[in-house]
Amino acid sequence: MDLIISGLGKAFRLLLSLDQEVLAITWLSLKVSGLATVISLLLGISFGTTVALTTFPGRNLVVSLINTGMALPPVVVGLFVTIFLWRNGPLGFMGLLYTPAAMIIAQIVIATPIVTGISLAAMQSLPEKLRLQILALGATRLQMLWLLMREARLPLLAAVMAGFGGVISEVGASIMVGGNIKGYSRVLTTATVMETSRGNFEMAMALGIILLFFIFLINAILSRIQQQTKVR
Amino acid sequence: MSPPPVSILTIKNLLVERGGARVLDIPAFSLSEGETLAIIGPNGAGKTTFFLAIARLLDPVRGTLLFKGQDVLRPELTISYRRRLAMVFQDPLLLNTTVFHNVAVGLKIRHLPKQEIARRVARYADMMRIGHLLNRSAKSLSGGEAQRTNLARAFATEPEIILLDEPFANLDAPSRDTLIEDLRLVLGQTGTTAIVATHDRLEALRLADRLAVMNEGHIVQTGACQEVMNHPANELVASFVGIETLFPGIVQKASGGTFTVEVAGQKIEGIGEVAVGETIICCVRPENVIISRREAGTETSVRNNLPAMIIKIIPQGPYFKLQLDCGFFLTAYVMPQSLENLALKEGKRVNLSFKATAVHAIRRGK
Repeated sequence: MDLIISGLGKAFRLLLSLDQEVLAITWLSLKVSGLATVISLLLGISFGTTVALTTFPGRNLVVSLINTGMALPPVVVGLFVTIFLWRNGPLGFMGLLYTPAAMIIAQIVIATPIVTGISLAAMQSLPEKLRLQILALGATRLQMLWLLMREARLPLLAAVMAGFGGVISEVGASIMVGGNIKGYSRVLTTATVMETSRGNFEMAMALGIILLFFIFLINAILSRIQQQTKVR
Repeated sequence: MSPPPVSILTIKNLLVERGGARVLDIPAFSLSEGETLAIIGPNGAGKTTFFLAIARLLDPVRGTLLFKGQDVLRPELTISYRRRLAMVFQDPLLLNTTVFHNVAVGLKIRHLPKQEIARRVARYADMMRIGHLLNRSAKSLSGGEAQRTNLARAFATEPEIILLDEPFANLDAPSRDTLIEDLRLVLGQTGTTAIVATHDRLEALRLADRLAVMNEGHIVQTGACQEVMNHPANELVASFVGIETLFPGIVQKASGGTFTVEVAGQKIEGIGEVAVGETIICCVRPENVIISRREAGTETSVRNNLPAMIIKIIPQGPYFKLQLDCGFFLTAYVMPQSLENLALKEGKRVNLSFKATAVHAIRRGK
C-alpha cells in the first residue's frame, strides 16, 4: 500500500515539477499513438464502410479476417513489423527500425483492424434502406457516405476510443520496433516496463498513473462528445 | 375541350432481374403530369422494385425511362434526375437529429441557401401539421408524426414526381385516415405528380385518379379507378379489387353488347362483347347486389333476379357481408339497418337482384 501511495505522490511531483524526461516521454506517447489512431481511423473507417456497403465474392472471409485482426497480439505485430523493417527485410532500405516512425507503423497495424471492425458493425447496424432513402433524396455518393457516418457517429466514436485505447496501452510492439531508446523512442508503456524490470517501482507507478490519466482524459472528452451527440 | 395529358414519365420495355430471375417486366407505362396513380398488388408483386427502378436506385437490364422526353437511364443524369423526384418508403427512415434537420436534409443536399431552407421547412412542416415539432428529436416522434416528417422531407424538395411506397402501412387506423386526407390535400395544393403503392384499394380510391394492378413484376391492368374496379381484366385483378363473386358460365345469347350466360341452371344477363358458346367468367361486385324478401310481387325491374339462401353473415365493421347460395356462390353487402329491417339470418331464403350492367365478363384467354 505504501508503494502505491508513494507512487501516486511521485507521479504528481513529476507532473507538477514538469520533469523534462517525463514530459518528453508523455508527449512522444501521445504523438505516436495519436498519429497512429488518426491514420488508422482514415483507413479503418473507409475500409469498414466499403465492406459494409458492398457485396463481393469472399466478403464473409474478409469480415472474418477483420474480426480476427481485432484481436491481433501486439507482440506478433511487433515481430512482423521488425522483420519487414529489418536491415535485410523488404522495407529495410527505409531505415525505420528503432524509430518513432516504426512505432507508428506497428500501432497503425494494431489499431486499423479494431477501427475497421467497429466501423463495419456500425454501418451494418443502420437500416438497410437508409442508404437508398439518402440516395433518393438526391445525394451524391460522398454525401450519402457522410450522412451515413453521421448517423453511425456513436459507434464510430467508440471506434476512436477503442483504437486509441488499443495503441496507447500496448507495449510489445513498441518495445520491439522502437527499441525504447532514451530521449528518442521511449514512450510511457516501454518506460514503465523498463523501470519495473529495474525494480524502480515508484517511477514505474508514476509513469503508469500518468498513462492512465491521459487515457482517462481522452476517453472522457470522447465520451462527452458521444453522449452530447446521443441526446441531440 | 381539355388539352391532352402531357406524359411526364414514359417507360418502354423495362426489365429488371435479380439473381437471374425477372423481377420486373414493364413493356409500356406512362404517367401524366399532375395525376395521382395508385398501384395495388399483393406482397412481392414488384411495387417497390418498380419504384426503385423509376428512382434510378437500381439498374435495369434493359429498357427506356423517359422523364419529360429525356432518357434518364444515362449514368451522368442519375443525380440530377433523382433531385427532381422524391421517394417515401414504408418506414420513415429518419436521421437521428431534429425534425427540422430531417425535413431540411434534401435541401442541404441540394446546397440551397439557408433562408430558402428555413422557408421551405416551415411551409411543408405546416402542410404536414408538424410545424410544432421542428425542434423535437426525430427519435421521440410517434409513428404518425414520423411518417408526416418523412412526407414533409419529400415534399420540401418540391419534386416533380413523388413516389410513395406504402406510406401508411405501419400506421394505426386513425393516424392513417387523417394522414391520407392531409396527403390528398397536399397533392392537390402542390399539383405534384404522384405514384402511391398500397395494399388497400380503399386508400387507392381516396387518393388516385388512376389505378394500376401489379402482380409478379407485371402491370396487369391500368385504367381509371372505376374502370379497373368494375371491369377487371382477369380473375386476379377481380379478387384484388374486391370482387368476391366470380362464376364461370357458357354464353347462350349475345347481341348488341349484351349477353346471357347459363350458370348452374340460372340465366344471367350481362354487358360485354362475347361470343355464343364461349365460356366466360362473370364478376359481380358485392355492393351491386340487392337483397329483398322472397315474397310475391317483390321482383324488381332489374334483369337478374335469383332466389337464394343466406349461408353466412359476417360482420365487417360498418356493414355486413352475406354469403349466398343461388346455385352458385355469391357475395353481397348489406347495411345493419337493412339486416334488421329484412330480418336477415343464416339459412333464410331471400331474393337477390343485380343489373345486367353489374355483370362484367372476363373472357378466358384474356
